[in-house]
Amino acid sequence: MIQHSKELDRYLADFERFEKNGLRGGPSWVHQVRRAAISGFAELGFPTTQHEEWKYTSVAPIVKAPFRPADDEPDGLTKESLSLHTLGQAACAQLVFVNGRYSPALSSIGSLPDGVKAGSLATALSADPAAVEPHLARHAGYHDHPFVALNTAFIQDGAFVSIPKGKVVERPIHLLFVSTHDRPASTGLSAGFDMAQDRRGKAIVSHPRNLILAGDNSQAMVIESYIGLNNALYFTNVVTEIVAGESAVVAHYKLQRESEEAFHISTVQASLNHSSNFSSHSIDLGGALVRNDVNAVLDGQGIECTLDGLYMVAGRQHVDNHTRIDHVKPHCSSRELYKGVLGGRSKGVFNGKIYVHKDAQKTDAKQTNKNLLLSEDAVINTKPQLEIYADDVKCTHGTTIGQLDQEAIFYLRSRGIDLEAARGLLTYAFASEMIGRIKVEPVRAQLEHLLLARLQKDS
Amino acid sequence: MLEIRNLHASVGGKEILRGIDLTVNAGEVHAVMGPNGSGKSTLAHVLAGRETYVVTAGEVVYEGKDLLAMSPEDRAREGIFLAFQYPVEIPGVSTTYFLKAGVNAIRKHRGLEELDAIEFLAMVKEKMKLVEMDQALINRPLNEGFSGGEKKRNEIFQMGVLDPKLAILDETDSGLDIDALKIVANGVNAFRSPARAMLVITHYQRLLNYIIPDFVHVIFDGRIVKSGGKALALELEEKGYDWLKPEADLAQHTIA
Ligand SMILES: Nc1ncnc2c1ncn2[C@@H]1O[C@H](COP(=O)(O)OP(=O)(O)O)[C@@H](O)[C@H]1O
Ligand SMILES: [Mg+2]
Repeated sequence: MIQHSKELDRYLADFERFEKNGLRGGPSWVHQVRRAAISGFAELGFPTTQHEEWKYTSVAPIVKAPFRPADDEPDGLTKESLSLHTLGQAACAQLVFVNGRYSPALSSIGSLPDGVKAGSLATALSADPAAVEPHLARHAGYHDHPFVALNTAFIQDGAFVSIPKGKVVERPIHLLFVSTHDRPASTGLSAGFDMAQDRRGKAIVSHPRNLILAGDNSQAMVIESYIGLNNALYFTNVVTEIVAGESAVVAHYKLQRESEEAFHISTVQASLNHSSNFSSHSIDLGGALVRNDVNAVLDGQGIECTLDGLYMVAGRQHVDNHTRIDHVKPHCSSRELYKGVLGGRSKGVFNGKIYVHKDAQKTDAKQTNKNLLLSEDAVINTKPQLEIYADDVKCTHGTTIGQLDQEAIFYLRSRGIDLEAARGLLTYAFASEMIGRIKVEPVRAQLEHLLLARLQKDS
Repeated sequence: MLEIRNLHASVGGKEILRGIDLTVNAGEVHAVMGPNGSGKSTLAHVLAGRETYVVTAGEVVYEGKDLLAMSPEDRAREGIFLAFQYPVEIPGVSTTYFLKAGVNAIRKHRGLEELDAIEFLAMVKEKMKLVEMDQALINRPLNEGFSGGEKKRNEIFQMGVLDPKLAILDETDSGLDIDALKIVANGVNAFRSPARAMLVITHYQRLLNYIIPDFVHVIFDGRIVKSGGKALALELEEKGYDWLKPEADLAQHTIA
């Protein structure tokens, strides 16, 4: 259905401007992909709650806000101003993106093993398009997900990470995405840093596009972090495509700490080959309206896939996690655990689909979603979806929704701990299982710190 | 130290405590006995401040203060400790972690410096000896996967760390084998002092062979129907609780 609202037209006009601008460049196949994607988007239109996949998440606030792409290189950000958000330069290779564009000045990659690439997608598109072409936009479909289509239409920059066969990258690769106004007057960033409200800049949309290629037998850890100016209204629409070669071990972390006014829509699309091991850890703390899709296609035998998630929201935040695991071939296992903590008037959505194809015998899939509601007004809509077309499989799913245990609260209070601290401690206890599953030390330490700070703030 | 006067309490509209009177002075150990369902745990929880039990009449004065007006945490800070009959399990929080929060809240309330991690661990090491507590156990998530005996020992260990003035032990002996019982009793006896008082709730006389009480009270249907010295416990062991029942009925009739 073609629904040319004025909002849609604005994005289409932005696209024409974007494509005409020679600077956005890239090889001709990229232009073709963008054209195909914008027609896909024009056809799909913005989703409404009539859409099964968007039933509980209205994107009307995103549609209405007059977001524009950033024109200028923003100034005012320095390595120092970002130091609290990096994960330690010695510990990680750090790539910083401002409004979706790679910033060499703010990045510090350090030395990586021979042949390992970690840098800007824009650079890769002009310097080494042959490395990019076989994969870019070939995994994340843009004919059914409007925001993937929109992102693909605006492909320009993001991270390009490529690990050659057999290489083991010990240092995690950290991709830090910072959103600002066009010209930030201040550098106060989300997650609790001081900054006077500054709405002088225009509201920016960015469409970061990441491509992570892990060759056969390679190993890598990639972390994406999202932050923004405090109170800033902006829209991040990111797509990350991941390809894990045979027997590759890939751990992907996504730490979403956008400003409390921001919109964040993301898709992680993982294509997994024979005997690979892939884990995704998706953590949501920030954002006003958040939708994440994590899709993994297990297209080989003996693959192990883990999808972990933690969402911790309050106030009027809305966070929607959709996951889909496609078991295409036999003898693979998937483990999925998403935990949610919802306070205030926040809303959560969890929709986990496991699709076991006809040939995927001996599939072993387990999915769990557990939710803790901290207030009467918080809401969670959770829905497991198992579609099984093979007959010799083991698939289980479980969902829980609960409140803090009154008996446990009393126990803690009877030891001198006040009510608020007791609630905080029990909430932390609920969430800490997910922290324990994080294998990258600087990420674990940062998240632990963030959770404790948040629980103290809430009390 | 503690004065309970005509205490009535109900849960879900059902009256459980029907007029308890009890005075406990510093240095004393009082045993509270009675059959299952007579209201012993209810009394313990009401004293510790559990809000599901509603006090409908009576008063409790603790060290000159109105105990019933205080929050559970303030009661703990003022020196009341309850060893739970059924200690809760809290996955994700270790005993040491939550206990440090408790100790420092109590110390702050008492105008003492908060303990840092090192001071706290030194103190914990000392108190672990009280009930032969294992270090590995207290670093594990609170009571998760603990045996019944380990949970009870953990309660007494916490009592040692929190240093209360009035300790209420709710069936700390139940589910313990004789060796564990002796360890727990030793811990409790080491804790006895002229400045402290104890309310030892038990169903069986067995524990009182090791913790010798100064007074024994029998609860029946939410009332204390008989009080005496330690000999009363032996009498109960011999005769059971049934012989007290007519007295309870009688008491009921007199009031009615
Ligand atoms: N939370 C509750 N809800 C309903 N009834 C309760 C509750 N707690 C205790 N009772 C009832 O109160 C009575 C006394 O219980 P309790 O104090 O646990 O006895 P005891 O510890 O002496 O065995 C019992 O009949 C029990 O069923
Ligand atoms: Mg009891």
